[in-house]
Amino acid sequence: MSNILEIKNLVVSYGGIEAVKGISIDVPEGEIVTLIGANGAGKSTTLKTIAGIVKPKTASIIYKGHEILGKSPDAIVSSGITLVPEGRRVFANLTVKENLRVGAYLRKDSLDKDFEFVFELFPRLKEREWQLAGTLSGGEQQMLAVGRALMSRPNLIMMDEPSLGLAPLVVKSIFDIIKTINSQGITVLLVEQNANMALQVANTAYVLETGTVSMTGIGRELLSDERIKEAYLGKTRK
Amino acid sequence: MNWITQNLPYIFAGISVGGQYALIAIGYTMVYGILRLINFAHGDIFMVAGVIMVYASATMPMYVSIPLVILTTVVIGVMIEKVAYKPLRSAPRMSIMISAIGVSYLLQNLALYITGGLSQRYPTIPAISKTVTFLGTTTKVVTLVTPVLTILLVTMLVLLIKYTKIGIAMRAVSKDFETSQLMGIRINSVISMTFLIGSFLAAVGSFLYFTNYTGVTPTAGAMPGLKAFVAAVFGGIGSIPGAVVGAFIIGICENIIKGVGWTTFSDAFTFALLIIILVFKPTGLFGEKSTDKV
Ligand SMILES: Nc1ncnc2c1ncn2[C@@H]1O[C@H](COP(=O)(O)OP(=O)(O)OP(=O)(O)O)[C@@H](O)[C@H]1O
Ligand SMILES: [Mg+2]
Repeated sequence: MSNILEIKNLVVSYGGIEAVKGISIDVPEGEIVTLIGANGAGKSTTLKTIAGIVKPKTASIIYKGHEILGKSPDAIVSSGITLVPEGRRVFANLTVKENLRVGAYLRKDSLDKDFEFVFELFPRLKEREWQLAGTLSGGEQQMLAVGRALMSRPNLIMMDEPSLGLAPLVVKSIFDIIKTINSQGITVLLVEQNANMALQVANTAYVLETGTVSMTGIGRELLSDERIKEAYLGKTRK
Repeated sequence: MNWITQNLPYIFAGISVGGQYALIAIGYTMVYGILRLINFAHGDIFMVAGVIMVYASATMPMYVSIPLVILTTVVIGVMIEKVAYKPLRSAPRMSIMISAIGVSYLLQNLALYITGGLSQRYPTIPAISKTVTFLGTTTKVVTLVTPVLTILLVTMLVLLIKYTKIGIAMRAVSKDFETSQLMGIRINSVISMTFLIGSFLAAVGSFLYFTNYTGVTPTAGAMPGLKAFVAAVFGGIGSIPGAVVGAFIIGICENIIKGVGWTTFSDAFTFALLIIILVFKPTGLFGEKSTDKV
């Protein structure tokens, strides 16, 4: 299988301090790849760099065979990459429907099918179409953030800690949704603190530690790895 | 009833001036809404529109001068953002404010240089300068045109912001730059659009406002700019309906005060109002709660 995304030697520094110190990640087309790691490991930074809103010091980011490094965020979105940001970041002052519209900002074709798809995935959002996003519950906001990202018709969806701060039942439904999205042929790059859930759904997993990749392997295999168990599945498991 | 009839000319004048303030105030409030910046140069952009009109109309017919004034004002407004504010976007808010004050003085000095400091006679725009009698009061056409045109433009603007793609993008950007970028919104274009609309309305306001005055001076934008700014704060800065309501209230009150014979205090009233709002209701009439105001 070919890689939809290949990151080579990504180095990002914020004001002289290196947050990401030369990581390389391959995302095979059609798979779910997860990036786990402790707070401050550089997970969000990596995703933001791919999305074009953080400029790396050096890197090569090949998407579908083309270098996308240095492209503007809007060019990256229109090439088929989208990011569901950490902390949901729905537009509180916009309605649910308007949030979804903004997600399809660069598209010029009809959005009917996409609204239908998103509302089928999240019936809760359909009921709340006209509600201001700021008044949604945390779980609903996460659904909206995912739905909004899907409106751009991505080939690669990146999600930054979608389970953050959600009740176990909601977490489970978010992971079900991730699998559903993936079964539609959309490649998923998932950043998670909830290593247990993430490793269960992921084909490939990367473990990030203070800006470097410390381990990589098949999701389910890492689940039974002693070091992983100790560091990410034991006490830190939420 | 008798009081109203007697004061009708002042009420008309107030509504008219209020409309002119409103057209300027929208520029303040929209730029604040998106950039959290008080564009101190906005009143001077308004003055520049007046100065350009003086020179344009001297050599060109009205139907050329008016669009030309609008076009150049818009270009200047958009360019100011690109040159003086955009490079400072990630700098502390105070730096960009200082840059705005710098631009304000720059425009005034340029106008001083060009006009030689003398008040330049503002041309008569025939269509709005004629006198008419309305409800038993004699007044200029502009007095009646201003509120109608203001309401019309404001309605169009509100619809644009509510229903169009660029309008939704403007609201998104005003809330969250980074996430807007993730949606593929080019925030630079949205910001330029904001300055474009603000400068356009200021240019329209300048025709209406200066028609009531004999001339334009390099500081002619200061007072109406300040009044419009107070109106925007009064209405709740960031809110378009707020700015419009605030502007009409200030315009009408000022003129009623003049009608009562306290002309000397009419400006003082506006600034007293500013102090009262800042003390008792800092978010203004329609403002949202915001923790990071300047
Ligand atoms: N805008 C920024 N300016 C300066 N430093 C930053 C910035 N963003 C992130 N950092 C730093 O970079 C490092 C990596 O941050 P990042 O957000 O990528 O971590 P993370 O793995 O996503 O952590 P978490 O799980 O807590 O979200 C941290 O030390 C953080 O303080
Ligand atoms: Mg993070």
